[in-house]
Amino acid sequence: MDVIQMQRTWVEYTKSLYREGFLDSQFAQLQLLQDESNPDFVVEVVSLFFEDSERLLNELTKVIDQQQGVDFKKVDAHVHQLKGSSSSIGAQRVKNACVAFRSFCDEQNIEGSLRCLHQVKQEYFLVKNKLENLFSLERKIVAAGGSVPTEELNFL
Amino acid sequence: MAQQGGSSSSGGSRILSGGSINVSPMKPLASLKVLVVDDEPMIRTIHKAQLVRAGINDVEVAANGKDAVDLHVNGATFDLILMDLHMPIMDGCQATKKLRAMGVKSSIVGVTSSGGAEKTAFLASGLDDCVSKPFVLQQIAHYLKVPRSPTNPPKYHNP
Repeated sequence: MDVIQMQRTWVEYTKSLYREGFLDSQFAQLQLLQDESNPDFVVEVVSLFFEDSERLLNELTKVIDQQQGVDFKKVDAHVHQLKGSSSSIGAQRVKNACVAFRSFCDEQNIEGSLRCLHQVKQEYFLVKNKLENLFSLERKIVAAGGSVPTEELNFL
Repeated sequence: MAQQGGSSSSGGSRILSGGSINVSPMKPLASLKVLVVDDEPMIRTIHKAQLVRAGINDVEVAANGKDAVDLHVNGATFDLILMDLHMPIMDGCQATKKLRAMGVKSSIVGVTSSGGAEKTAFLASGLDDCVSKPFVLQQIAHYLKVPRSPTNPPKYHNP
C-alpha cells in the first residue's frame, strides 16, 4: 500500500471510529494538541489511559468477584474514576458503559454490576484494539515518509 | 465574570464599588505560573498540554493535595491552581482549605466531574470556581486574564 492509500485508509478508519461512537470530540481535542513540539502526545496520553483503565478493571474484578459483602462505595469510586478518564480521552462507549454501571452501584445490585463490569471490559478492549490499529497505521505512514493527515478530520 | 464587591474590569484596571480604583496590570500568558493538581498522570498530561498550547510555559504539576500544599510551604507561588477533588493522601477540598488558611490568594479552580453536595462543599472550601472534567480552555480563560490582588478575594471563600 502506498502512502496516499494508507493516508486514505487512516482517514476512513478514523471517521468510522467517530461514526460508530467509539470516540467523541474529546479525542479530536487531543489530536489538535499534538504538533511538531509534541509529536507523540496522543499515543502518550492513550498509553496512560490503557495503564490506568486496566488497573481499575483489575481492582473492580477483585472487589465484585467477592459477591458477598461487596463494598459498593469502592466499586463506585473506581467506576467514577474510569468514567472520568474515558471521558477525558473521548472513549465514549466506555464512558457510557460506566454511566450505566454507576446506577447499579447506587442500587447495590450485584448481578447488574457484574453484567456492567463485563460490558465495560468489552467496550474497553474494543476501543483499545481500535486505537492500537490506528496508531499502527500512523507508524506505517510515517515510516513510508508521509504524514498523518489530521487536517482531513474537518467533519469534527 | 463578576467578582465579589460588584467590581468590573476595564482593560488593566478594576473599579471597585465605592469609586476607588485598583490598578492591576495584566500579566502576559507566557509569564503566568500554573499548578495542575491531579492524581491521574493522564489528566496532568492533558491539562499541561492544553495550557502550554495556550501559551503558558510555566506549568507545574502535583499528584495530590499534600504535594500542592508542600510546594507552597517551600515558597512556590502560582497565578492559577487547577485542583482535582478526589485524590489520595489529601483531597482537593482539604488542600484548598489549607492553602487559603496559609494565606494563598492564587486563583483556585476546581476541576471535577462530581456534582451535587460534593461540588457545593468543594466550592465552599475556598475555590474561585469549579469546572467539569474534562475542561476546555475557554472555561478557565477568565482566570488566565484576571490577576489576583489582595482586594479581590476568592469568590466562594468562607473564612
